[in-house]
Amino acid sequence: MRRRNLPILVVAAVCIMGSTLSTLAADRFITVASTTSTENSGLFQYLLPLFRHDTGIEARVVAVGTGQAIALAQRGDADVLLVHHKPSEEQFVAEGFGVTRHDVMYNDFVLVGPQAAPAGIKGITDVAAALAQIAARHAVFVSRGDDSGTYKLELSLWQTTGVNMTAASGTWYRETGAGMGGTLNIASGLEAYTLTDRGTWISFKNRGKLAILVEGDPRLFNQYGVILVNPAKHKHVKAKDGQAFIDWLLSDRGQQAIAAFRIEGERAFFPNARKSGS
Amino acid sequence: MDDLRTAFMTAIGLLVGLDRDLVAIVWLSLRVSLSAVGLAALCGLPLGAMVAIWRFPGRAAVAVMLNAMMGLPPVVVGLTVYLLLSRSGPLGQLGLLFTPTAMVIAQSLLVTPIIAAFTQQTMADLYEEYAEQLYSLGVGPGRTIWTLLWDGRFSLLTGLLAGFGRASAEVGAVIIVGGNMHHVTRVMTTTIALETSKGNPALALALGILLMLLVLAINAVAMVVRDTAKRVYG
Repeated sequence: MRRRNLPILVVAAVCIMGSTLSTLAADRFITVASTTSTENSGLFQYLLPLFRHDTGIEARVVAVGTGQAIALAQRGDADVLLVHHKPSEEQFVAEGFGVTRHDVMYNDFVLVGPQAAPAGIKGITDVAAALAQIAARHAVFVSRGDDSGTYKLELSLWQTTGVNMTAASGTWYRETGAGMGGTLNIASGLEAYTLTDRGTWISFKNRGKLAILVEGDPRLFNQYGVILVNPAKHKHVKAKDGQAFIDWLLSDRGQQAIAAFRIEGERAFFPNARKSGS
Repeated sequence: MDDLRTAFMTAIGLLVGLDRDLVAIVWLSLRVSLSAVGLAALCGLPLGAMVAIWRFPGRAAVAVMLNAMMGLPPVVVGLTVYLLLSRSGPLGQLGLLFTPTAMVIAQSLLVTPIIAAFTQQTMADLYEEYAEQLYSLGVGPGRTIWTLLWDGRFSLLTGLLAGFGRASAEVGAVIIVGGNMHHVTRVMTTTIALETSKGNPALALALGILLMLLVLAINAVAMVVRDTAKRVYG
């Protein structure tokens, strides 16, 4: 390595760095803030190429919890928000961060736990009663413990049972602070109970001894909504292309694509657009 | 045991199959981490050398800072860079968030203290050896730094490799500032995190094995280049 070899090294380094840094000049794309359930289930990997084929627009997804996704959108770091907690979404619009909220699709939450069901809740269809039973037996329940849509629903369910799980935190009630998949990994390892959306559950492979114990309770309904981030709040929001994505999702073509999506042969999401537009 | 065996088999399968998506992910990992090390070297090498050679007030404090900052938590660096690059942040207009550039910035912040601290130690040792000679030749401080950096280049390589190891292994910073977007900012470590959360421990571990092979290969190449260069040009 003589000194005159140095320029060659420098040129090589600059080329590598240049190629990485120049990815800025990308083509037409929008940023979608969404939840881990839609990403992990593979729904976006199925839908986005179709959307791109129809419109030429690339949709890039940041998959985080519902709370974090809303925070991202509030800061103007996304063009479109697609999450699943209606009250938070309506508040997002009411505060002027979003333009309009539209229903896109739904599925449901399920309560999963060890197949052997030591808490004896198999056969119970009332989810609140099942949770109360788990609490009464001090069977280990793993909670997301973050700001996700799943966690918010879980909290509202506990409220109806009157169980004070905050007091039980760290004993039979464990808060992971992780995403849905991470939480399921922990539940599987501990053979514990947890609440999960069906999309993540169907695509989740590390189930161990877990199985669905409670499903079908109307309170477990899981509605997804889509909102364009308000360009009046954040000037750089790609309103036209973002709206094109929303229009596509709500169109017959988009709705049929959602309906056609299967994980392991199972339907994971059910389209239900055009009912609202609050 | 079954999972481990599956992981090894999957890793071999991935290596043989060379799926296009996987190649793109590996290539992006390499580009991001190498760029970060390059950027960090531009700042870290002169900084470490200056702290080693120049006498200025507060020098000891700077040295302690550099050493302490080697332990910067990636997630804290990621969060800080996120807040800076966010549309509502001071550098928001640049639109750099969720791009590979943002990942390079975050990783170079993590790596700079490592390279600087390592350089400082190497330079301090060399300076002890050459100080008098350089002084008697009337070499100025700037020239001294350049001479010593050049003279210690083979030892400094270890610092750069340590920095590369840190950059390519971290997930906390890149997942926040990159967003783990498919085909855009998804790298090896964020893919491993994603596959773990999808309940695919075997595939995640297989990717981890590939990542370690990659780091191993880079280190081997660097060592061979160093030893050959040393033998030929000493």
